[in-house]
Amino acid sequence: MSGDHTGPAATIAARVRHVESLLERRGLVDPQELDRALEAFLARASPANGARLVARAWLDDGFRARLLADANAALPELGLSMGGGLQEQRLKVVENTDDRHNVIVCTLCSCYPIALLGPSPTWYKSEAYRSRVVRDPRGVLREFGFEPGPDMKINVWDSSAESRYMVLPGRPAGTGDLGEPALTALVTRNGLIGVAPV
Amino acid sequence: MAELYRSGDRVRTSLTDPPHHTRLPRYARGAVGTVVEHQGRYPLPDRRARQLPAEPEPVYTVRFAAAELFGEGDHTVTIDLWESYLSPAAPGGIR
Repeated sequence: MSGDHTGPAATIAARVRHVESLLERRGLVDPQELDRALEAFLARASPANGARLVARAWLDDGFRARLLADANAALPELGLSMGGGLQEQRLKVVENTDDRHNVIVCTLCSCYPIALLGPSPTWYKSEAYRSRVVRDPRGVLREFGFEPGPDMKINVWDSSAESRYMVLPGRPAGTGDLGEPALTALVTRNGLIGVAPV
Repeated sequence: MAELYRSGDRVRTSLTDPPHHTRLPRYARGAVGTVVEHQGRYPLPDRRARQLPAEPEPVYTVRFAAAELFGEGDHTVTIDLWESYLSPAAPGGIR
């Protein structure tokens, strides 16, 4: 397994800074260009985006079907994309049902749909989560205070290549009269990763 | 080049431990799983990381039983794998 992102990653950060300064010194990039691109991307990147997708999918079966079939094609309906100004990444939305629960991880590094979920939480990048959730998802979910019933089938999605994943949680019972903004507010980042029910 | 595998095909991952970058997770080496879907074509990171020519090749979502990967557990794990990491699970062929 590759290294802990909190320690030795500093070496990589130093290398990136060095490459960045070389590019600037040779006039290949404007010093502010990278900062501007990053700021613009991160200003739009938030778990509120994922939550909006979920609420719309709960209210609109047609949208839900399109989101599950080809998420990249469905995202523009809510003004979203997996582009982020760079190369577009493939998004796969995986749906929780009455008998199937999904959890997302990247065991090799920390791949994550940043455009829809914002920057990933520190625990998502920890070796403990990455190594344990594939082997013992129920044990890890229990530590998040979430215990799916014994009949629930659990699938862990390891984002080991070029796709990114987002969980579509099930709509909580008793929310039948809520509108889209209220439903959006129910959805948590942990629910979009699959370590919480919603 | 067409995709070698289709949804439902049983495949086995490579057992090789390469001396270079790879994106076949160690816990999934030498394991048999079922192809779920074809994701598209992407250059093989094992070659790209060594600055070798890397033509895009198929990447598949492959589902494994936890018991196949770890010897225990009742859940499943799906892993995204380049075609180069896979071979037919049955010696006679894919299907």
